[in-house]
Amino acid sequence: MTNTTDKKTGISRRSLLKTGAAAVGLAAGSGAITGFPTIWAQNPITLRQFGTGVSNLNAIADKCKADLGITLEMTATDSDAAAQRAVTQPDSYDIADIEYWIAKKVYPSGVMQPMDVKKLKYYDKIVPLFITGKLTPDSVIAQGTAPHTVGFVEAQDAKTFAKQPTQWMTMVPTIYNADTLGIRPDLVGRDITTWADIMDPAFKGKAAILNIPSIGIMDAAMIMEAMGNIKYADKGNMTKEEIDKTIDFLIKAKQDGQFRAFWKSFDESVNLMASGEVVIQSMWSPAVAAVRSKGIACKYQPLKEGYRSWGGGLGLAAHLKGAELDAAYEYINWYLSGWVGAYLNRQGYYSAAMDTAKQFMSEDEWGYWVDGKPAKGDIMAPDGKIMEKAGAVRDGGSFVERMGKVACWNSVMDEDRYMVRRWNEFIAA
Amino acid sequence: MTVALDQPVAAAKPARRGRFSINVVPYLQAAPLALILGAFLLLPILMIAVVSFWDYDFAAMYPDFLTTNYADTLGSWVTWKTYLNTLKYAGIVWALTLFIGFWVAYFLAFHIRTTAMQMVLFLVCTVPFLTSNIIRMISWIPVLGRNGLVNSTLVEIGLIPKPIEWLLYSEFAVVLAMVHLYTLFMVTPIFNTLMRIDKSLIEAARDAGASGWQVLWNVIIPLAKPGMAIGTIFVVTLVMADFSTVQVMSGGQSASVALMMKNQMSLLQYPAAAANAVVLLVLVLLMVAGILRIVDIRKEL
Repeated sequence: MTNTTDKKTGISRRSLLKTGAAAVGLAAGSGAITGFPTIWAQNPITLRQFGTGVSNLNAIADKCKADLGITLEMTATDSDAAAQRAVTQPDSYDIADIEYWIAKKVYPSGVMQPMDVKKLKYYDKIVPLFITGKLTPDSVIAQGTAPHTVGFVEAQDAKTFAKQPTQWMTMVPTIYNADTLGIRPDLVGRDITTWADIMDPAFKGKAAILNIPSIGIMDAAMIMEAMGNIKYADKGNMTKEEIDKTIDFLIKAKQDGQFRAFWKSFDESVNLMASGEVVIQSMWSPAVAAVRSKGIACKYQPLKEGYRSWGGGLGLAAHLKGAELDAAYEYINWYLSGWVGAYLNRQGYYSAAMDTAKQFMSEDEWGYWVDGKPAKGDIMAPDGKIMEKAGAVRDGGSFVERMGKVACWNSVMDEDRYMVRRWNEFIAA
Repeated sequence: MTVALDQPVAAAKPARRGRFSINVVPYLQAAPLALILGAFLLLPILMIAVVSFWDYDFAAMYPDFLTTNYADTLGSWVTWKTYLNTLKYAGIVWALTLFIGFWVAYFLAFHIRTTAMQMVLFLVCTVPFLTSNIIRMISWIPVLGRNGLVNSTLVEIGLIPKPIEWLLYSEFAVVLAMVHLYTLFMVTPIFNTLMRIDKSLIEAARDAGASGWQVLWNVIIPLAKPGMAIGTIFVVTLVMADFSTVQVMSGGQSASVALMMKNQMSLLQYPAAAANAVVLLVLVLLMVAGILRIVDIRKEL
């Protein structure tokens, strides 16, 4: 039954759901069809989602249960484990919530199936950054694994990525952001304008970078280029010589005592900054918010070379079919319909469908988080705590200003193994 | 046992069956421990050794017989430097814990008169161990930091003009935390052997005209050697296998063998980590064998 609906095109979402519901209803032997949206509640559907943790939020699972009746079982892992699990245990999940550079590794192994954009209700609301790679028509496409380069495949069973948008989307973007350096404005004592400033001798022993090779190397690349030491063909896909040059530079800086520490986890970065051990370092935006919530000045400093950006999305496991596949589409459509987007925007991330999220945010929230305007009232975190006082302006400004200045995306290099080996040398040096 | 042995010999026919079952008894008695050690110690180590020869990529491991994992491990200067660094930590921490541990145990064993008080004080030594390892380690951070307790106190009383940087995120911090964490492992076995020393031996030495130092050097220390050896095995193996203390206290700036393995595992390079584990295991076993050669624990216990 579901198969027939799948083949028809141009069918309305409601009738699709009803047919899906009928299929489920028959399968459960109840035969009675009560209308949408309680269908999933009567015939419980559980979707197993695993991913890198950023968007594995309980609030989303709870709301999904309430709105759709779909139970979400979420498992969080780190990115390397996520990549491995996606490939080696394809039956252990229904929905993969992974970053785009992981998708570049994982998708070609055939464990995921593409999504038909005709079934994505809000496809045309998705930010063009993920479709064409350009936020605005005159944007420059950033280096690294830009999401649109791995966002589509030519056909439903294709394993290679399409050069341009097609009917088959590999992942629906969910959450993304632009990363830069965090600083202690009260302790740096001067304006910070470029990535090169982290290497300023004035900050000797007071700088830190993160010790996650695939991300740390990108920050290092931004620094190297800003200092004029090198010009990469593609920061996201360095040659061996470029890797050598970058790591040798890092080793020298380390031996000169430029770095105070290398952090691996979110809370380490917060503590380094809050205790004043470090005044300038690579940082993630929620960590900046965490430092500020302790009443300590911390700024997510925009830099002239631009941001290092990352993004994740939801992909479907290859084994999904029938009612579960319908439920997965329903879940993804719900994800893009606004509530989740607003929730993520309020945490300082960005949602994939900005227009729908706007309907779930107050004018002031939208102004602060997305338009870069001064907050009129206090800005609350999703848990009800005050995040920013009235009058505050978001570091880096509006969505277009921040995401429009992405210099490179997190990526996976062809020389990945070599890079990791050299990175370990840097840490041991 | 003897009674049980005698009886079947006396009785003619059922004797064989009885003797057979008696021969089996010791094996049965050893079986539970053998099974547990076999299943949870030998088997995993065997698997690690097997996996260390496998091939891998980001997603999976492929059964194979490659020596590249060992070639990569032993052929890289990073490994050698990391091993040297770990051995250095082990050496320094061993010397410090042995020195501190011996004197604490000596004080407890010879200067506290009542057994009850000895036990009370020994328990006091173990009190910090009621909290987790990680917490005891992390609590050093606010003490040693740039704006931490030590630095702010020293600056305030005017002893130093500006905070000392090397207190935290340095090798000093790593050694300090390790000594703090592992000294008790030295105190316990040494205290145990010191308590077994027959006091009349010391009296005899004094009667023979030995000075305090001579008693210590010629009587107490030789008799305490088995305890020191056991403590040494504890401390050395703990330090060689440590990754969290090195990572946290050096701020990620220093490397240890286990930390190198952890990095490899978090990148899912299990065969490489397994090869490293085998190398470390061999090294630690050699060290333990060396210690046992110098001090015969069984003979002197």
